[in-house]
Amino acid sequence: MGMTMTEKILAAHAGLPCVKAGDLIEAKLDLVLGNDITTPVAITTFEAAGLTKIFDQDKIAIVLDHYTPCKDIKSAELCAQARAFAKKHGITHLYDVGEAGIEHALLPEKGLVAPGDCVIGADSHTCTYGALGAFSTGVGSTDMAAGMAIGENWFKVPAVIKVTLTGKLRPYVSGKDVILHLIGKIGVDGALYQSLEFTGEGVASLSMDDRFTIANMAIEAGAKNGIFPVDETTVAYVSGRVNRPYTVYEADADARYAREVVIDLSSLAPTVSLPHLPSNTKTISEAKGLPIQQAVIGSCTNGRISDLRQAAEILSGRHIAPGVRCIVIPATQEIYLQCIREGLAETFLQAGCALSTPTCGPCLGGHMGVMSAGERAVSTTNRNFVGRMGHVKSEVVLASPAVAAASAVAGCLADPAELMKGV
Amino acid sequence: MAKGIVHKFGDNIDTDVIIPARYLNAPSPEELAKHCMEDVDPTFASRVKPGEIIVGGANFGCGSSREHAPIAIQAAGVSCVIAASFARIFYRNAINIGFPILECPEAAAAIAEGDVVSVNFSSGTITDETTGARFQATAFPEFIARIIEKGGLLPYLKARQEAQK
Repeated sequence: MGMTMTEKILAAHAGLPCVKAGDLIEAKLDLVLGNDITTPVAITTFEAAGLTKIFDQDKIAIVLDHYTPCKDIKSAELCAQARAFAKKHGITHLYDVGEAGIEHALLPEKGLVAPGDCVIGADSHTCTYGALGAFSTGVGSTDMAAGMAIGENWFKVPAVIKVTLTGKLRPYVSGKDVILHLIGKIGVDGALYQSLEFTGEGVASLSMDDRFTIANMAIEAGAKNGIFPVDETTVAYVSGRVNRPYTVYEADADARYAREVVIDLSSLAPTVSLPHLPSNTKTISEAKGLPIQQAVIGSCTNGRISDLRQAAEILSGRHIAPGVRCIVIPATQEIYLQCIREGLAETFLQAGCALSTPTCGPCLGGHMGVMSAGERAVSTTNRNFVGRMGHVKSEVVLASPAVAAASAVAGCLADPAELMKGV
Repeated sequence: MAKGIVHKFGDNIDTDVIIPARYLNAPSPEELAKHCMEDVDPTFASRVKPGEIIVGGANFGCGSSREHAPIAIQAAGVSCVIAASFARIFYRNAINIGFPILECPEAAAAIAEGDVVSVNFSSGTITDETTGARFQATAFPEFIARIIEKGGLLPYLKARQEAQK
C-alpha cells in the first residue's frame, strides 16, 4: 500500500521500509529547536537527568525571540541560562538579539531546514517548516532535552487529512485566509493527532510565504504537522540557502488518507477569527465595523516580507485611525532590512505605526503591545485565546496583514478591497 | 491509585489559561503552581488541595507547547487529569514528565464538579464514588506505558541506555 508524504519521511528517518498511521516509531532528527521560554526548562531537565553530552552541535538551534530584547530581569536570566548552555556545548546555531528573528521565519531563511527533514521544536508553531516539504512538529521541553541528548524522538505516525486546493486566490486574500477558513471548517481539534497534507493544482499559485503561514497554523486545528509538496517555488526558495543535499518525498498515488477536504481558493474572502478560538471564523463582510484599539502586524505567522508588502500597500499615503495603535514587527533582521531598502519602513512610520525589532512580543502577551481590560486588537498572529495578548478581559481578532492594515486605518474591522476602492 | 475531589473544566482549555505567558519568565514548579488555571478560574490555585483531580472536556491543553502547563498542574498538587481528549503536545508533555492523564469521553461527560473520584492507573478504571458510576479510560500503548512506569522520558531513556550496556 502507498504512503503519504509524512509516512515516507518518518519511515526514512526510522530506518524502516514503510510505516502506517498508528505505528509508534523512533526517528532520527535533523534539527532540534528551542526558544528563550522552552530551552531553559529543557536545560534544567537535561542537567537534572545527569546528561552531559549533546548529540550534534550543528543540529540544535536556540533562538532567543519570545521576551527579547529582554523585557525584565527574570527573562534576562532565562536568556543567560540559554547562552551559557550553548557556549558550554559549542552549539553553532544560537541566535541572539541583533542577529535573531522569530524562530519560524529565521530557520528557513538561514537554510537550516531542508525538504525531507525530520524536525522537532519546543514551540508549537514548529509545524511551519512543513511548507518546505519537511516533517516538522512542536514538542515540549523534555522532548527537546531528549532530542538534544540522543538526536532521536518517539512519534506516533499520524493519520493524514488530505487538503486539496483548487483555483487561485483573489486580490487581498492570502495564505492566512486559507488557513483560517480551514480551521473554521474543521474546528480547533478537527485534525487532532493527525497531519494536514496540502495538495492540488491550487498549491502552485501560493507563494512560499503563503505556504509558511498555512503550515504555521496547522497546530490551531490540533494537527501534528502540516505539509506541502516540493515544487519549483520550494526549490527556488531553498536554493542558495540550504547548502547540503536533501531528499524530496512525494505522496504515493494510492496513499491512504483519513479524509479529504477540498478548498476552492478562488471562492475565499478575507476571513477573521473572532474571540476566543481560531475556529470562530467570519468573512470580513460579516465582521466589518467591529471597533479595535490595536493592530499587530508580524509574528511567525505573518511577519514575512510579502506580509509587510501587503500591509504597506494599504498603509501607503494613509494614516492609522485616531485611538488605534498599530505595531509592525518584521520577523527577522533580513526582513527588517528589506523593509528599509524597499521603503516599507518609511511607509509604516509615516502612517503612524510603531516599527519594532524582531520579537514574538505581543503575540503571547509578552511585551511590545500588551493590552488592558476592555481593549480589542486585530492581529496577524495565530491565537485569540482568553488573555492571550494581555488582560483576561482583552480580545484578539485574527486576520491577514491586509485586513489588519485596513482595519488600523478604519479604526474597526475593515475589508481591504473596499478601502482600496475607496468604498 | 488516586482519589480526590473533582474540579471540572470545559472544552478547549488552552495552555495560555492553564499558565498565562506573563508567568513563564519564572519557570520553577512552585512559582508556576501559584498561577495554575488563573485565567479560567482565578481562585483555583488557592482552592486546590493535594490529590485532587481535574476533569476537562475535549482538546484539553491545546495551543502553546509550553511544558510549564502540565508542570503547573502537577506542582499545584493535582493527582491526574481526566479529559474527553487531549491536545497532542500536552499529551506528550504530561507523559514525558511522568504526570498521569486519562482519556475517557464518558467519564469527562458524566463526572460533576465536586464529585469524589478514584482512579486506578494500572487498569485505567475511573470510579465516581459520589454516583457509583465506573468508566474505562483508553489504555496507553505499551511503549508509552513503559515511559510512565519509569517516571518520564528521560528516566526511561536512561534506564534503557543502562540496560544496553
